[in-house]
Amino acid sequence: MHPTLSVNNIEVIYKDVILVLKGMSLEVNEGRIVTILGNNGAGKTTTLKAISGILKTEDGEVTDGSIEFYGQRIDKKYAEAIVRMGIFQVMEGRRVVEDMTVEENLFAGAHTQTNRKNRKEDLEMIYNYFPALAPRKRIMAGYISGGEQQMLVVGRALMSRPKLLLLDEPSMGLSPLLVSEIFKIIKKINKEKEISILLVEQNARLALSIASHGYIMENGRIVLDDTVDKLMENEDVKEFYLGLSEVGTKKSYRDVKHYKRRKRWLT
Amino acid sequence: MSESIAFFSQLIVTGVVLGSVYALVALGFVLIYKSTSVLNFAQGELLMLGAYICLAFTIQAHVPFVWSFLLTLAFSFAFGLLVERTILRPMIGESIISVIMVTIALSEVMRSIIQIIWGTETKVFPQIFSDRPIYFFGLFVAEIHLYSLAFAVICVVLFGLFFKFSSAGLAMRVTSFDQQVAQTMGINIKRIFALAWAISAIVSSIGGIILGNINGISNELAAMGLKVFPCVILGGLDSIIGAIVGGFVIGIIENIAGGYLDPVLGGGVKELAPFVFLVVILMIKPYGLFGKKLVERL
Repeated sequence: MHPTLSVNNIEVIYKDVILVLKGMSLEVNEGRIVTILGNNGAGKTTTLKAISGILKTEDGEVTDGSIEFYGQRIDKKYAEAIVRMGIFQVMEGRRVVEDMTVEENLFAGAHTQTNRKNRKEDLEMIYNYFPALAPRKRIMAGYISGGEQQMLVVGRALMSRPKLLLLDEPSMGLSPLLVSEIFKIIKKINKEKEISILLVEQNARLALSIASHGYIMENGRIVLDDTVDKLMENEDVKEFYLGLSEVGTKKSYRDVKHYKRRKRWLT
Repeated sequence: MSESIAFFSQLIVTGVVLGSVYALVALGFVLIYKSTSVLNFAQGELLMLGAYICLAFTIQAHVPFVWSFLLTLAFSFAFGLLVERTILRPMIGESIISVIMVTIALSEVMRSIIQIIWGTETKVFPQIFSDRPIYFFGLFVAEIHLYSLAFAVICVVLFGLFFKFSSAGLAMRVTSFDQQVAQTMGINIKRIFALAWAISAIVSSIGGIILGNINGISNELAAMGLKVFPCVILGGLDSIIGAIVGGFVIGIIENIAGGYLDPVLGGGVKELAPFVFLVVILMIKPYGLFGKKLVERL
């Protein structure tokens, strides 16, 4: 049995000279939520783009290693073919098509779904998952709120009936209340529709709360990976990603000056 | 009805008819600009080519007009695909100015080839529409004018429906808004580019055939490519509705200016008016009536 997605030791080079990913590996199993955590510039988004094939039009290239989807190699395929196989990337920053209505955006997401009846059904399903979108369906997507736009891009992805969803920072720029609502829905979709999810997040606490497995990424490679429970126990993760000190209490700024923990995985 | 009102209405009517052709060509222009961000300077030549091809089918191959019209549309579709594939696609990723230069070169080459094949004198279609004017609320309208208006309206409605409801139409709009987002949806953007050129060539050739029937076919048809600029800039370069409205407005303005000012100033105003108007628009509404305003933070 092949995992849904396996990224094997890939190397990504931009513009022939900039080495962004240096031997990145990860695995997503059927029906799971897996998260990648890491600093700015660690290569998280690049990893997603390499998987979805968007990289090719950005002058980037997977030069080594392989990406497999249900055992089939996809790293040489074009984005449009990869979407048809069932991988849909929801890009960072709520990229709705602003001059199209909410419903037109959703229909556009179903571009690879030629069956009109399926589209109608899926539309109903999305209004069920995101009730906030239903009253907005005739409004230009540029005019709805940030939270609604985030719901729209996730809904738009679902219209293509994906098997694997790549979510890039769905929490960015949203209020904590909205974020927790959207994450609840994402979790629900993952359970009910059995869609596997690869989630990239800056908000580590949130990501670890819904994922089952986590990868920590630094400088273009994975430095640590484990089940979420184990990661939560890890001293380094606590210190650098969850902002807790060794005793598990909130850290005081007084201590920061005197003591900086060295990341164990660097040694 | 008094004389002056009749004169004015007559100008408006012919303006609307002319405007409907402008609207078609402008639609083709905006389509290419919207989905591929290319300013196509060969739009007028696409129009001229359509007119000549239709003429060749009708006169040289003796095909009935309706069939030669349809054949011309098929030819334009294929020609649009071919131009995109062989000339524009290799230019993807190059700077805008080089792409524009390529379309200018394309326009020159097309015009020369057309001259080599069909010569430079004006040719006319055999009479297809009756020249008996139709009496219409006290106005005389030629039959061809009614047909051309009907055609333009049909095309506009068809394209409206296409962009609103068809999968390909939605895909084109997504591509024009954000190519990367289009790719994440599984849209093959190269195919969209090709489709944009094909459709643009079709609407231009419809415009060419209509104009050819009204005024005869000559090199001057290519000058329509320039007339398109006031239309699309008035409407907003990236707005399809804008292109249509702009086409009609420019058509009417041109006729009115010609009708009232030409006798006073001794001619030439008709051709000049759209461009004077263009400058005025750019001063007061640089994004056009329907254009997208890009807000950038500095």
